[in-house]
Amino acid sequence: MRKNLFNVAALFQGFRTTLSYAFRKKPTIEYPTVRKQHAPRFHGLHELRRYADGKERCIGCELCAIACPANAITVVGAENAPSDRRSPGERYAARYEIDELRCIFCGLCEEACPTDAIVLTPRFEMADYRRGAFIYAKDRLLVPPSAGIGAAPDERPGGIPSDLGAVTNHKSTVDVQAGYDATWRGGLLREDRKGLAG
Amino acid sequence: MNEWVIVVAKSLLILLVVITTFAYSMLFERKIMGWMQLRPGPNRVGPWGMLQPAADAAKMMFKEDLTPQTADPLIYRLAPFISLICAMGVYAVIPFSETPSGSLWSVGDVNAGILFVFALTSIGIYGISLAGWSSGSKFPLLGSVRATAQMISYELSMSLSVIGVLILAQTTSLRGIVHAQYGLWFIVPQFIGFVIYLVTAVAETNRAPFDLVEAETELVAGFHTEYSGLRFGLFFIAEYLNMITVSCLATLLFLGGWNAPFGLTMVPGLVWFVLKAGLFMFFYVWLRATLPRIRYDRLMAFGWKVLLPVATLNLIVTAVIVALS
Repeated sequence: MRKNLFNVAALFQGFRTTLSYAFRKKPTIEYPTVRKQHAPRFHGLHELRRYADGKERCIGCELCAIACPANAITVVGAENAPSDRRSPGERYAARYEIDELRCIFCGLCEEACPTDAIVLTPRFEMADYRRGAFIYAKDRLLVPPSAGIGAAPDERPGGIPSDLGAVTNHKSTVDVQAGYDATWRGGLLREDRKGLAG
Repeated sequence: MNEWVIVVAKSLLILLVVITTFAYSMLFERKIMGWMQLRPGPNRVGPWGMLQPAADAAKMMFKEDLTPQTADPLIYRLAPFISLICAMGVYAVIPFSETPSGSLWSVGDVNAGILFVFALTSIGIYGISLAGWSSGSKFPLLGSVRATAQMISYELSMSLSVIGVLILAQTTSLRGIVHAQYGLWFIVPQFIGFVIYLVTAVAETNRAPFDLVEAETELVAGFHTEYSGLRFGLFFIAEYLNMITVSCLATLLFLGGWNAPFGLTMVPGLVWFVLKAGLFMFFYVWLRATLPRIRYDRLMAFGWKVLLPVATLNLIVTAVIVALS
């Protein structure tokens, strides 16, 4: 006790340290007014891209839904009508929904997509008061024709890796959706989703 | 009749000033603590967080006021007021400055001012003790037991360190003590007393590193664990007012009160008083940002085995020297 209490030099060193820290530059980023620069390939909110002619890239193949480890993606494909072609291929996504609360932002959907339709953008501010609002349907995922074609991952610095992961766990989206609806959360959201589904 | 109006007007003015000072000393502490911990401190409410105290007050007012079922309702409700009234009552005798014509800037010029201050701050401990006792909960009880023991232990050394000043000044009037320091501030002949006062004042006001009474790591929040809303706010105000009180007292007793240093008499005495008291406030915050909380048995051992003997020795030596000269 004596040794600690009477070590006055150590006391003064402590006081000097705190005082010098008071005048240091603060590392705080004052978030709403100042924003941090993200890494170029930051995994944020999804976006469905278009071709330069305005057609949707998504062909409704459901590979993203299959690759998704969090079962966050629901795709229901449909045949393109000859009079109203939504995508260049035979099929397009009649329904495309991502539950951003389930999503773990791993980017596997982006890697699985054969047409580079789904990409992750650096947007990350998605807060809302309603759970249902986190289910993003085509109306919010698809870039509007006026917004161009959307940023592709291979147009961002770094490009995309050439080896895409193998998909092993095949599960129909209908099963996934049914299983999801059966959970308590799914039941809670069923009403919300009615208005939001694209 | 006219005198009463003046006293009431002065009291209201001092109350206003003291509460405002409390509000901004809280902001001051949070800012300085923030800077010392590499944070910017509160800066969202108003420019530089200047409206933060108002936001805190509004928040506190709208919080639910809880009384535990096991609490003693009357004493539980009374305790914060005891704390606050004692903390505020002290400002009735503290002189802030003196005009060149000789009139004092204070509500009352009491010839036993220092005794009045010590009497009131001692009663203020009842607020803390009774709060813990009446909460009907174990952590507040432990906190209040600690408060009682700590305050009694450290009040002894504090009083002894102040008696040294009283011997030199030959008066118990705060104005007289400041007048006695026109030549030499008492920090020079009573340096040991000053250091003891500084240490004991921290313990008396329950501030880190001697905040054993409300040690979060052991006692949740100590004596005010069960208090919420405005009642907690009253304890909070009392704690900060006590802090300002001991800063003012340190200024009056050891740093020459409103006396200007280096003959800089063109600056008014009030400014010097505020600057000196502010220096102590800064020291308090600095101390809190620097030192960790001391262990309880070490606190008691330090109080009884180190501070008390040294304070007694200081007192005896001062008395002998004054008697011989």
